Amino acid sequence: MDGTAPASPGAGFGPDLAEVFGPSQQHGGPELVQLLTPEGERVEHAEFRFDPGPGVAEDEAIRGLYRDMVLVRRIDTESTALQRHGELGIWAQLLGQEAAQVGAGRALRPQDFVFPTYREHGVAWCRGLDPLKLLGLFRGVDHGDWDPKDVNFGLYTIVIGAQTLHATGYAMGMQRDGVVGTGDPDRDAAVIAHFGDGASSQGDVNESFIFAASYNAPVVFFCQNNQWAISEPIERQTRIPLYQRALGFGFPGVRVDGNDVLATYAVTQAALQRAREGQGPTFVEAYTYRMGAHTTTDDPTRYRLSDDVESWKLRDPIARVEAYLKRNGLAEQSFFDAVATEADELGVRLREGCKALPDPQPLDVFDRVYAEMTPELEAQKAEYAAYLSSFEGAH
Amino acid sequence: MVQQTTEKITLAKGLNLGLRKAMEADPKVLLMGEDVGKLGGVFRITDGLQKDFGEDRVIDSPLAESGIVGTAVGMAMRGYRPVVEIQFDGFVYPAYDQIVCQVAKLHFRSQGRIPMPMVIRIPFGGGIGAVEHHSESPEAQFAHTPGLKVVACSNPVDGYWMIQQAIACDDPVIFLEPKRQYHADKAELDDSVEPAPLFTSRVVRQGDDVTVLAYGPTVKTALKAAEAAAGEGRSVEVIDLRTLSPLDMGPVHESVRRTGRAVVCHEAHVNLGLGAELAARVQEECFYSLEAPVLRVGGFDTPYPASRLEEEWLPDLDRLLDAVDRSLAF
Repeated sequence: MDGTAPASPGAGFGPDLAEVFGPSQQHGGPELVQLLTPEGERVEHAEFRFDPGPGVAEDEAIRGLYRDMVLVRRIDTESTALQRHGELGIWAQLLGQEAAQVGAGRALRPQDFVFPTYREHGVAWCRGLDPLKLLGLFRGVDHGDWDPKDVNFGLYTIVIGAQTLHATGYAMGMQRDGVVGTGDPDRDAAVIAHFGDGASSQGDVNESFIFAASYNAPVVFFCQNNQWAISEPIERQTRIPLYQRALGFGFPGVRVDGNDVLATYAVTQAALQRAREGQGPTFVEAYTYRMGAHTTTDDPTRYRLSDDVESWKLRDPIARVEAYLKRNGLAEQSFFDAVATEADELGVRLREGCKALPDPQPLDVFDRVYAEMTPELEAQKAEYAAYLSSFEGAH
Repeated sequence: MVQQTTEKITLAKGLNLGLRKAMEADPKVLLMGEDVGKLGGVFRITDGLQKDFGEDRVIDSPLAESGIVGTAVGMAMRGYRPVVEIQFDGFVYPAYDQIVCQVAKLHFRSQGRIPMPMVIRIPFGGGIGAVEHHSESPEAQFAHTPGLKVVACSNPVDGYWMIQQAIACDDPVIFLEPKRQYHADKAELDDSVEPAPLFTSRVVRQGDDVTVLAYGPTVKTALKAAEAAAGEGRSVEVIDLRTLSPLDMGPVHESVRRTGRAVVCHEAHVNLGLGAELAARVQEECFYSLEAPVLRVGGFDTPYPASRLEEEWLPDLDRLLDAVDRSLAF
């Protein structure tokens, strides 16, 4: 027995599921929404189209997405380098997932709210969060030093899938606040919950689907299927394409080419709009690939073939936009040079800023446990402060 | 305006009235749980509240405890004050991760930017002849967790006030309700009497010879034991701890310094239970006053037994008196 799931449960239980659903891992197929091919060709889709919104020229919007992706990739490579230099304890890499995150992030309106995993650096960028803020958690100086209310972007969540329930509850709160389905585009709001293919096996994620469906909550479940949960391939998590699971919970699921920023933007925008209008949850499976390691502590050569990685390099999310812009004369060389310069400047700022992040102080740990500190914690803090002060002047 | 009411109520009624008051006082207060709506909860604690406050504020949830607490976290982030009901103590464990990793830590993780004003109500303790998982006392697991506050009410009047105070608290509160007492004794509620602060212990019977520390369902046991002991000329002081985290040790230390003896009584397993912490703190502060080791009477270190054995397994009047005797004879 090799532990591999059979293709079909056997005769007598209805149709062959492999035929109905298709395999869990399938690069193309009719269900994959794509608007820009890996070669940089625009293609039409019957249901989804790229619409940057009123008053925004399409070319300008695409150049903006290119810039976002280049800068986000720089955040990632720079942070990986900072970890190699010992400035970060660990870094969760997003290499290869720039289009999925920027597409999803740019589809948001200011009033929408994001619940990220610990890898949503690209979405954070789109929300206007200073990327330097992301480093604190990985450097070990804080657990996330930003106010979620300022940018409508929650703190990174490390327990896999836990945030999908928070997202659903937050969306239930929006329903009670009367900001769903009013018809006012500046008022109607939605929540997006990020998670990965590994998290799709978690109970919390499945419970969040049930709660969201039961209350018709305005939440988009955005799953970046990057094929790997550390060392475990997608086949260990699912026998059917992930997006198909949504049907069983009673809401639509869509599989989008997660390396296609135009398609990811279009699909996420449509899903968010459904939610804002009060039509309930949607599952978006952004089909992508984790080009890097799980984190800087991981060694993917132990469990996957370099051929796989090489084949995904041909589907690079940035290269296809660059090819499209160049081939169609939509951007001058000066544009690409300017973005490259901006990326270099961002790299310098991250390097210098990371090293300048202040270390936490020993007594800080007591202060934020409770809104109202307990007398016993006050006493413990005072005792420790007295202990520390006993070393003052000593060598 | 203070509403003047004086009536005899059960603990169940006290909690119900308290929840109603809290919902009237603050439109952000929401109730959520399994069967809390039309049915009014399996113990009827939320009876009539959905009818009066609507389905948006008294929410029947899918049958998933992690989902209940996890979505309540999201609602709290949105500015609501969720009060969730875990149907029985033994069913809180599917929500354990959300409680310990999220509810307890979000204020800390966010450097105070994300408050978690949530109340998690748990009917706890045994004595109702139930099947497995319906009679447990998990308080130590939560009292051990920084970021949570844990309280246990023991009587109808405290139930009425403490639930309102817990809901008004800006920190997450695990609110333990002795289910055996829900529909037992009645007490007179005078709404005009100012309640004690939530996180305070209270001497509920004065005595000179030995101090018994109890909370939740064992307060009644301790009071009965004190009554019986009085018949034999022994004067037992009983303290209702009320708050388990933080502990309010002031009244305990004051009492033990006078009596020189302490016995802790809880239904939870003795090993690493609240009694262990209480004993440690009493010996730290009252070392020179102690005439005997601090003794503990509680559930044995076994899983909760089948219900026909529970009256033997639970600490009762006789086992508590036996410990009082051993303390006095030391």
